[in-house]
Amino acid sequence: MATRTWQRPSKGWWDRPAGRWAIGITIVVYLVIALQAIDINFARIARGWARLFEVGVGTQTEVVGQKIGEILRGLGESLAMAVIATPLGILLAIPIGFGAAHNVSTKWVYYICRSITVLSRGFHEIVIAILLVKMVGFGPLAGVLTLAIATVGFYGKLFAEAIEESDGSVREAVQASGAGWLQQMVFGIIPQVKPRMIGLGLYRLDINVRESTVIGVVGAGGIGATLETTFDRYEYVASAVILALIIGLVFALEAGAGWIRRRYL
Amino acid sequence: MPILKITGLEKKYATGDLALRGVDLSIDAGEIVAIIGPSGAGKSSLIRCVNRLVEPTAGSIEIDGIDVVSLSGSQLREQRSRIGMIFQSFALVDRLSVMENVLCGALSRTGFWASWFRKFAEGDVDRALTLLEKVGLSDHVNKRADALSGGQRQRVGIARALLQKPLLLLADEPTASLDPKTSKEVMTILRELVTEEGLTTIVNLHDVPLAKACATRIVGLSAGKVVFDGPPSELTEAVWETIYGEPEMAG
Repeated sequence: MATRTWQRPSKGWWDRPAGRWAIGITIVVYLVIALQAIDINFARIARGWARLFEVGVGTQTEVVGQKIGEILRGLGESLAMAVIATPLGILLAIPIGFGAAHNVSTKWVYYICRSITVLSRGFHEIVIAILLVKMVGFGPLAGVLTLAIATVGFYGKLFAEAIEESDGSVREAVQASGAGWLQQMVFGIIPQVKPRMIGLGLYRLDINVRESTVIGVVGAGGIGATLETTFDRYEYVASAVILALIIGLVFALEAGAGWIRRRYL
Repeated sequence: MPILKITGLEKKYATGDLALRGVDLSIDAGEIVAIIGPSGAGKSSLIRCVNRLVEPTAGSIEIDGIDVVSLSGSQLREQRSRIGMIFQSFALVDRLSVMENVLCGALSRTGFWASWFRKFAEGDVDRALTLLEKVGLSDHVNKRADALSGGQRQRVGIARALLQKPLLLLADEPTASLDPKTSKEVMTILRELVTEEGLTTIVNLHDVPLAKACATRIVGLSAGKVVFDGPPSELTEAVWETIYGEPEMAG
């Protein structure tokens, strides 16, 4: 008997050998052109390495002493901004997330809530911060609002996806008992997505702390403004201290988040 | 007067599949009806139409004189609260405790905030504990539902459905996810409890011997139509062939 052969049926031109090669070659050609457009200067990179290490070995060490109060205040403000904005944003994002999950929402509510999350993610935090500084003035209030808005888009979208992936039969069982919509959510959906809710919240807090150290550059409060000033004045030792403190803060948060995850998830 | 009266029930899914082609069925109070038939015969669609988890395309369903097909909103919820349901995959809330799962059966008569803070009525709590005792889970009240075995999980499902104090109980392949021995145990408990409460029950089963042993009446469904309706004793070789399209396996 002849040996039988088998081939996976192709799904279209992109799935056949010629199509695959065409796609692969196109990507490589594009990458080569793109790299040329960026105009990489290797000599500059080599010199830059040495410059990177100037940060931290500058001579203006006395600036750190003068500015340590301001630095710690700024860092505290950044942390406070993130800690306030994260739960505020999540609180707003939860109803929007339910609305943006097609399996528990209605068509119109779905489109409206999806649009809100897309709008919120449409702009980078820096852009939102610039607009809000115009609106409410310099300071941490603009920062808190910026981070809260960014949190709504991030959390709303991912929360909605978690709901859409949940086991529908559980909600169906609660529904079949005659429970109302809110009870169906609280008993049939939330217990299923709770670990994701906590995990996403901690992750967003982490992101917000990092963002809060940057949006100060455009006047939205936090350590960012101080960091920028030290760069501008070549006070690199102070810059290094700030960067080290930010890293320390992020590490501490990571440890805290890990502890919460082990305990509750 | 029958407790459930189905007339000319049809269901066509959006995919074009015609699951039910004019089902007429009348069930009296206290009957335990087993619906048997091959996969795809429409057993699941039929009982899901009764509590409107599936929307019928045509026909009428009357429960205790009320047409459920036209209901919506709070009236539909009220009607659903009078129909208990047991699921093939158990459909328990895994991360909640056994007790919380059973108390889900009382949600329809509990306000939202009361249910949020788990302040269920004394009567419901007491009945939930009694039911857990009856299904043999007294030692597992505060365990998480996902810590139980399959048979135990379905017993939680039974207690949840009965806590509703339903007029009608629907069970959609309640034993399909269980091994034969556990299936028998679960069906025995179910049968004892519904007999004790005089509860009208419709149960989908693919296991015909189990259906014959448990039910007072058998309904054979094939390609969306009722092809047999009678007591278990009348389920002969010839009837088997009309339902399943081939004779019962020898032996």
